[in-house]
Amino acid sequence: MMKAMRTLKPLFLAPLLLTTLLVPGADKPSVRVGSMDSVGPRAVEKQTQLSIVRDYLLAWQSLARALAQNRPASLDDSFTGIARDKLADTIREQSKLGFQTHYRDTTHNLQVIFYSPEGLSIQLLDDVEYDIELYEKGKLLGTQHVRSRYLSVLTPTESKWKVRIFEAQPLEQRLAKGDQRLHERKHQSYPWGFAA
Amino acid sequence: MRCLRTLLSVALAAATSLSAAQTSSLRIPPRVEAGTSFSIETRGSGAAVLYIVGPADVLRRNVQLGESIAFGPDDLHNAGHYSAFLRGGSASESVQFDVVPSHQPETLSFLAKPSRLPVDLSGGISGVVYIFDAFRNLIIQPQQVSFVLSVSDTPPQTRTVTSHEGVAWVKMNSASRAGLANFQATAGNVEEKRIIQQVAGNPCRLRMNARNSGARVALETDPVRDCSGNPVPDGTIVTFTETYAGNQSTVDVPLKRGVAKTELPAHKGALISVATGVVLGNEIRLSGGQ
Repeated sequence: MMKAMRTLKPLFLAPLLLTTLLVPGADKPSVRVGSMDSVGPRAVEKQTQLSIVRDYLLAWQSLARALAQNRPASLDDSFTGIARDKLADTIREQSKLGFQTHYRDTTHNLQVIFYSPEGLSIQLLDDVEYDIELYEKGKLLGTQHVRSRYLSVLTPTESKWKVRIFEAQPLEQRLAKGDQRLHERKHQSYPWGFAA
Repeated sequence: MRCLRTLLSVALAAATSLSAAQTSSLRIPPRVEAGTSFSIETRGSGAAVLYIVGPADVLRRNVQLGESIAFGPDDLHNAGHYSAFLRGGSASESVQFDVVPSHQPETLSFLAKPSRLPVDLSGGISGVVYIFDAFRNLIIQPQQVSFVLSVSDTPPQTRTVTSHEGVAWVKMNSASRAGLANFQATAGNVEEKRIIQQVAGNPCRLRMNARNSGARVALETDPVRDCSGNPVPDGTIVTFTETYAGNQSTVDVPLKRGVAKTELPAHKGALISVATGVVLGNEIRLSGGQ
């Protein structure tokens, strides 16, 4: 954990819009994190920036472990609420149907887009690439490389941030929305909110 | 002769390619709305198994290649990115598709903070709404969300916000009148209400009166109010101080029914002052009468 924190730290100190982090090790995903300096309406403190990225990436590990082993309990450290319920349902269904899925995330491109005024939820987009392997009775049935965008909402718990909403968006939609968002941000800081 | 052989091999390759395309085709709509029926077309022959997998849901269906596979509204309703694998028979193929949220809001997750605050606080109340469809998918399509903050006998504050990536938020001012405020968020036909208690602010003015009561003087404040005229809550401490011949004595009294009362020794020439919080009230010098 501390090693991961040390690795991530320089990322937020750099005054660049986007910083690239290549985590050493063949199994570790490469992670890019967009600047959080202009996320609103609440400013994201440095410590929170580190925690969010760390806990979100850990959530992917929990997800992969839970789906590979068909163990919903592995989700508990990183997921809560709707996200936990839905993922646990998926695992139970997988187990019932007699197969497993192995997820290996290879790339994350993270962008925090909303931090609520009271600090109780933070929303991020992740352009993620991962490989998915389908196993039935120990036999590999197929592999796919996936590129997708995940929208996640994290909420603070006693010791860490947990993923409460975890939902993928379609490719075409995200491109169109991305263009629109850039356009909107030229005009106002937080087009989806209204300050008194 | 060589030309004919080349022509034949090209034709054979084309035929083989076409055959492969026909037998391994798996046609899935690239995007399916949650809660709607859809079907997947297959080509080829023989029995196979279709696996649909994603973090949000999984399915496994025994299928007969060449037939259409029908899915009902409840079969795949969690929004997300899915991988489909077709295995067995004459086919072995995998494709990807998306299930997108319904556009119709069904539930709102409405977080209003704080639950209690002083009146007349600019931007003191925040409301955050996450919008979900009937299957608890976050609706990422923009939605109009209206926020209304109302206290009885005062005009409501209204803000309308367009959601972005499933969330809409607002900051509003607390009203000048103390009491319970209804904070309501509405998206489509769905509404959620929260109650926010708006309490009086700090005391604004403080005035006491004195009445001679034999060897003692009876002190009583006027009703203590904030700068908007709201009564300051009972229990707020008011401090009476008497200074006489270089000695000082103080009495702390909680407000009861809006006023503070006490008695102090009636020393001729004593100076009595009153204060609460950061507000200093009037002073009274005892000179026989007052």
